[in-house]
Amino acid sequence: MTARVITITSGKGGVGKTTTTANVGVALALLGKRVVCLDGDIGLRNLDVVLGLENRIVYDLVDVIEGRCKLRQAMIKDKRLSELYLLPASQKRDKSAVRPDDLKKLCEDLRPDHDYILIDSAAGIEEGFRTAIAPADEVVIVTNPEVSAVRDADRVVGLVEAAEKGPARLIVNRLKPGLVQRGDMLDTSDVLDILAIDLIGIVPEDETVLISTNRGNPAAFDEKSRAGLAFRNIARRITGEDVPFQTFREETGLFGRFSRLLRRDGRTA
Amino acid sequence: MNLFNRLRGATQPSSRETAKRRLQLVLVHDRSQISPGLIEIIKDEIIAVISKHVDIDRDGVQVQFTQADRESRLVADIPLLDGRKNRR
Repeated sequence: MTARVITITSGKGGVGKTTTTANVGVALALLGKRVVCLDGDIGLRNLDVVLGLENRIVYDLVDVIEGRCKLRQAMIKDKRLSELYLLPASQKRDKSAVRPDDLKKLCEDLRPDHDYILIDSAAGIEEGFRTAIAPADEVVIVTNPEVSAVRDADRVVGLVEAAEKGPARLIVNRLKPGLVQRGDMLDTSDVLDILAIDLIGIVPEDETVLISTNRGNPAAFDEKSRAGLAFRNIARRITGEDVPFQTFREETGLFGRFSRLLRRDGRTA
Repeated sequence: MNLFNRLRGATQPSSRETAKRRLQLVLVHDRSQISPGLIEIIKDEIIAVISKHVDIDRDGVQVQFTQADRESRLVADIPLLDGRKNRR
C-alpha cells in the first residue's frame, strides 16, 4: 500500500487551506489512517501552529532537501494521534528553496510508509503553487462563497487541468447558512454551477474553528463542533466512503433552538 | 428572488443573485482571456468584412460569449437589412 498525495490549494489566500489541511489530516488519522501533513508554504510556516506542534520543530523540509538531516528527523509525530505526522516548512527561506522535483522525490520517499500525504499549498498561482501540485495524485480546491475567492478558484481549476492533475474537487469553506437563506450569500449550488467541478465538502462558518486554532487543537477532534463534523465527513469521502452532504439551516427562535437540541445526537448528516 | 424578499417587498435582486450573475460574466472573460474591449474590436472588424459583401444592420450586430460548464463560445448575431426596402 502506497500513500495518496493530496494537495490542498485555493488561489486566493485566507480561505482556509491550512485549517482544512490540519483538520482533514486529523480526521483521517482519527479513522486510523497513517497521515503526513506537509507544509508547502515555504517562508510562511503555519501548519505547525494550527496543529499545535510548533514547539517541537528542530528540522524542516528545506533541511531534508538540502541534506542537513534525514527525512525521519524532520517529521514531527503528533502527541494525540500516533499515526499523524507534520513535515514543517522552513520559515527563513523562500519558495525557490523547494523545486517541484524536490517535493516529488520527498513524497516518493514518504509513500511506502503512509496512507495519505496532505500538502498545504502556498496561496497564489506562482512557484509555490506549482511546486505543491507537482507530486499530487489529487488536488482539492478550497474556496469561500464570495466573488473574489470563487473567481480565483476558477483560475486554479483551469491551471490544475492544464497541469494534468485534474479534475480537482471542491471544498466550500465558511458558509453562513443564515446569510444564504436571507439571499445575501452564494450557496454551494451557486458555486458548483459556476465552477462545474465535484464537491467533496461544505464547512459552515463556526467559531469553534477559531477557538480550537487558538489552542492548537484542531476542531476535527471536537465531537460537538459543526465544522469539525464537516471535516470528518470530508476525510470519510477521501477514503472513498459515500457520505451524504449536510444541509445547513440557521435555526432561530424557540422552535429552532429546540429542534436543534433534539438533533444534537443525530450524526447522520 | 426568494419568498422572504418578496414579502419584504424588495424589488431588486438579492445580493446572492447579483454575485452569481457578476461572477458568471467575469469568468467568461477570464476563461477565454478575451476582454470586453477586444470583443468590441472583433465586432467592428466583423461588421467591416461582412458589409463589404452584404448590407447589414450595423447597430443590430451583437457579439457575445455563451457558456456551458467549462466551454465558452463566441456567438455573432448579424441582422441583414431587408433587401427589398434597400434596393436602390
